[in-house]
Amino acid sequence: MTFLKINNLSIDYKMRKETVNAAKNINIEINKGEIVGLVGESGSGKSTVANAIVNLIDEPGKISNGSIFMGDTNISENQETIVQYRGKKIGLIFQDPQTSLNPILTVGEQLIETIQTHLNINTDEAKNRAINLLKEVGIKDAEKRFSNYPHQFSGGMRQRVVISLALCCEPELLIADEPTTALDVSIQSQILELIKRLTKERNLAVILITHDMGVIAETTDRVAVMKNGDLVEIGPTKQVLVEPKKKYTKSLVSSVPPTNKKILRFTIIEKENLNNQNNNIKILNRWSKKSIVDQNLVKIQNLSKSFDDSFFTENTKNSVMAVDDVSFDIKEGKSFGLVGESGSGKTTIAKMVVNLFKPSSGDIFFDNVNVTKIKKNKDLLKFRRQIQMIFQDPFSSLNGRLKVNEIIAEPIKLHNPDIKSSDLDSYIHDLLESVELTQQSAIRYPHEFSGGQRQRISIARALATQPRLLVCDEPTSALDVSIQAQILNLLKDLQEQLNLTILFISHDLPVVRQMCDKIAVLKDGKLCEVSETEELFKNPKHNYTKELLKLMPKIESIYN
Amino acid sequence: MGDPINNMVGEETSDEERAELRETLGLTDPIHIQFSRFVVNASKGEFGISYQLRRPVSELIIERLPATIELVLISALIALVSGTLLGVYTGINRKGFLSDFILAVSLLGVSLPTFVIGILFIYLFAVILGVLPSFGRGEVIDLGFWSTGLLTISGLKAIILPSVTLSLFQMTYIIRLVRAEMMEILQTDYIKFARARGISEKSINYKHALKNGLIPVITIAGINIGTLVAFSIITETVFQWPGMGFLFIQAVQFVDIPIMSAYLVFIAFVFVMINFIVDILYYFIDPRIRVKGDVTSG
Repeated sequence: MTFLKINNLSIDYKMRKETVNAAKNINIEINKGEIVGLVGESGSGKSTVANAIVNLIDEPGKISNGSIFMGDTNISENQETIVQYRGKKIGLIFQDPQTSLNPILTVGEQLIETIQTHLNINTDEAKNRAINLLKEVGIKDAEKRFSNYPHQFSGGMRQRVVISLALCCEPELLIADEPTTALDVSIQSQILELIKRLTKERNLAVILITHDMGVIAETTDRVAVMKNGDLVEIGPTKQVLVEPKKKYTKSLVSSVPPTNKKILRFTIIEKENLNNQNNNIKILNRWSKKSIVDQNLVKIQNLSKSFDDSFFTENTKNSVMAVDDVSFDIKEGKSFGLVGESGSGKTTIAKMVVNLFKPSSGDIFFDNVNVTKIKKNKDLLKFRRQIQMIFQDPFSSLNGRLKVNEIIAEPIKLHNPDIKSSDLDSYIHDLLESVELTQQSAIRYPHEFSGGQRQRISIARALATQPRLLVCDEPTSALDVSIQAQILNLLKDLQEQLNLTILFISHDLPVVRQMCDKIAVLKDGKLCEVSETEELFKNPKHNYTKELLKLMPKIESIYN
Repeated sequence: MGDPINNMVGEETSDEERAELRETLGLTDPIHIQFSRFVVNASKGEFGISYQLRRPVSELIIERLPATIELVLISALIALVSGTLLGVYTGINRKGFLSDFILAVSLLGVSLPTFVIGILFIYLFAVILGVLPSFGRGEVIDLGFWSTGLLTISGLKAIILPSVTLSLFQMTYIIRLVRAEMMEILQTDYIKFARARGISEKSINYKHALKNGLIPVITIAGINIGTLVAFSIITETVFQWPGMGFLFIQAVQFVDIPIMSAYLVFIAFVFVMINFIVDILYYFIDPRIRVKGDVTSG
């Protein structure tokens, strides 16, 4: 007997000029005790469908057609029914545990309120129930933590609290909207395990929305693939991933970086413009290309950085060692990967390499000059020109008030103040074409571009000073897989053509495997191990590396 | 103009007598000595003797203080309560005739100067309707350390017009602030999550959203109470309210420097104190400030 039946569901967003069909004739059936994955890229309508089930579609979205049946009740028909079902029969988990809890109410208050909304029990009983729930989702010291505020929990713990809130009145359907996207791999696997366990124990029906094919492969029983509001394919997970019937599914699966082998280029989900990227790097003719010398371009020795919590006292007790005695070398022309979970000090190292942070101790050599010893800003500028950075978030790393040509011109003018304006324009155009953007992009503002295009602009800006070292801090973690594949291919091409050295920072092991020649694994500011990429993946030495490799969701697991 | 001696003595005083008085008042000393004397005395709460009223300034201030404090507190209460209520209403019901109407009127409140509103009120309620007094504090009961008008009917009647007038500007300000905060918070994930858990709309609006929304409001409101004290000069003048502001305006007309300096120091003190209290309140309201650095990993 089907538990939840989504029938011919269509959802429209009526905008001023046009109507956007966020979902078109979706048919999905879900049984109890089964986890159904909903996968697709951003804008595919997967969250819209989930929100439609509980009738929480953002304005001005409306269900324009179809019905949703839970058991024998049509829950899309009557506003009042669904309001009663929310929290009681349907539990929801949102993506970001940092923002899904009310910051000024304790965890206990939020639990008790939810429980008492649906169940007719007194406060003491509700409290007992809440504490048991917290225990059930794996929160230690539940009696004590019960009266803590959300900010006193770490990200993973908060997501557990969110899950306990979603489950507190024993719903029969759980909708998890990207429940682990904001979490580290180790926490992610714990949360997914928890969801799997609860599904079995409570005989839940679960809808798991995610863009991560690895998560889909390891967690779901069946999967539905969505694209631009259409349901492309639905079926048992193994069948869909191993023998995709539709072209889109095929390319989606293939653009996921494999975790078990190294490939030369990423497979691109076909786009209408299939221009041949390789011959497109126009800046080559003005690039003063340095031939690769067999040397260590960057040498990092005993680097440490501590952040002091207390401003007035030099109390070492309060200081946090963000980076603790780290040493490694980067060979010129190679890609070096830095891997670790959040808080492991990856970004801090990157910022010290580009001289945005001063190290607490230790040395950074660039081209055999100790950069940390340089005092004068003017001397530093020479090095800044040779080291450029690409940031994680393409939305906040570009100034929204400047046009693209102004953004790219800034570093050029800084390091070459005498450049003629006609020369500058053609240089900007060459840069834009090198990152596969059109010349017309130059006179547009960043908000007119998509995330992937913005990251291309960031790359163009970084290339503007003709750097030798490119520091990429999670350059693709905010992007969809297909876009990620394009950006990573672009970086690979640029590196090859321009003899760039890359310091590549990521938490995503499969990506690092594809991108890097050598990898360093960080944990809590300390270096666990440094080794050649293939060696690291095949023969991890450090326990933490083994742990990470074990926990990363693998799309290949579906073949076993 | 501004010479204290001229203000203190009559026309017939001779130049010798004037010089003598100047000497006893210490006005012939160099400026830095006069100033340090002023600072030392001010720190002890002594601001000298009013030129015009021939009485110690501190005594005058203390005498007038209750009137102003009562006026400010009542209008702050009106502003906060009605501002928050109307702000929440307009924040929740964004479209609707009543919301639009409240916002339109609040625009008037922001843009009309206090004295115009005061005069309009006097005209309407005192002159045409004749229900409320147009000036003064009404009957006052002396409690020894405090003289209050809040315990008599005439005193209560008298405070209505000035306090409403004074509160209007702040009220409209708070309406707009609360509305903006509510609208922003109702879009957040934790409100969406609360809805998804089936929490009632009433609890979402008043417990979850309003509590969060009031945090910035308290900061602004605290600063605004200081502004109310300062703004009360105009209201007190319009309504002939026997408070400090009225005293100050009279002092300005007579160039009564001790009163003016004492008043300004007092206002500065009020501002600092209120900000201090607000900072401490923050500690109690926002748990994120209260408990720090107690995050467990996992």
